[in-house]
Amino acid sequence: AEMAAARLSGTENRLVSLPLSRIRVIMKSSPEVSSINQDALFLTAKATELFVQYLATYSYKHGRGKEKNALTYTDLSHTAEECETFQFLADILPKKILASKYLKMLEKEKRDGEVREDDDEAEEEEDEDK
Amino acid sequence: LPNAVITRIIKEALPDGVNISKEARSAISRAASVFVLYATSCANNFAMKGKRKTLNAGDVLSAMEEMEFQRFVAPLKESLEVYRREQKGKKEARKDKDKKADSEEQDKSREEDNDDDDERMEEEEQNDEEEVDN
Repeated sequence: AEMAAARLSGTENRLVSLPLSRIRVIMKSSPEVSSINQDALFLTAKATELFVQYLATYSYKHGRGKEKNALTYTDLSHTAEECETFQFLADILPKKILASKYLKMLEKEKRDGEVREDDDEAEEEEDEDK
Repeated sequence: LPNAVITRIIKEALPDGVNISKEARSAISRAASVFVLYATSCANNFAMKGKRKTLNAGDVLSAMEEMEFQRFVAPLKESLEVYRREQKGKKEARKDKDKKADSEEQDKSREEDNDDDDERMEEEEQNDEEEVDN
């Protein structure tokens, strides 16, 4: 009984590190899901770990952060955009853009709009409504 | 998902000494949650196809293939074996405790459940093997 207790409380060599209870909460937030078999819960947790490892190593390998011996947000966002397997993450890992660049972009759009008045008038009005 | 755990998983995956920005870490954590949702929804589709209301192991494995994470399937199956063995061990330990507490009826129903699970397990494993051969 003592050995069993030690095994349960120890953190080394655990089969899965992510807490199953937390994973279950996320899974249950899906409205269509009624119940989840224990094995399925375990597999989902384990798969999520593998996913985290894969996403991290892939982004590191293919990213520029490697040059600075770091994994950066940009590496991840690149992966989401370029790699088909990770495309489902594109919306939650949007590319970052410097505020100054964004302002320049807006200015450019405005200027282009002034040159091509007829085409862009409608668009500009829509933007203002937004 | 707990930050400490996510960070540990990332660190263990990357070469020593690589820094992970806080932004990157929280992004990965968010990605992991989205992954769970995506996998659950996909697995649920397989369950519904099988006219089942309960997600089972096979559904999750099928979902992985569907999502183009076939590379996960083999290691997942291995881990599942170990997990099932562990669970069996725990159940037996609990059974011993229950016997001492005089609840034999409970044991009988649990045994029946185990048999059902075992049958299903065998079927699923056969199915999976067939797919792999193809």
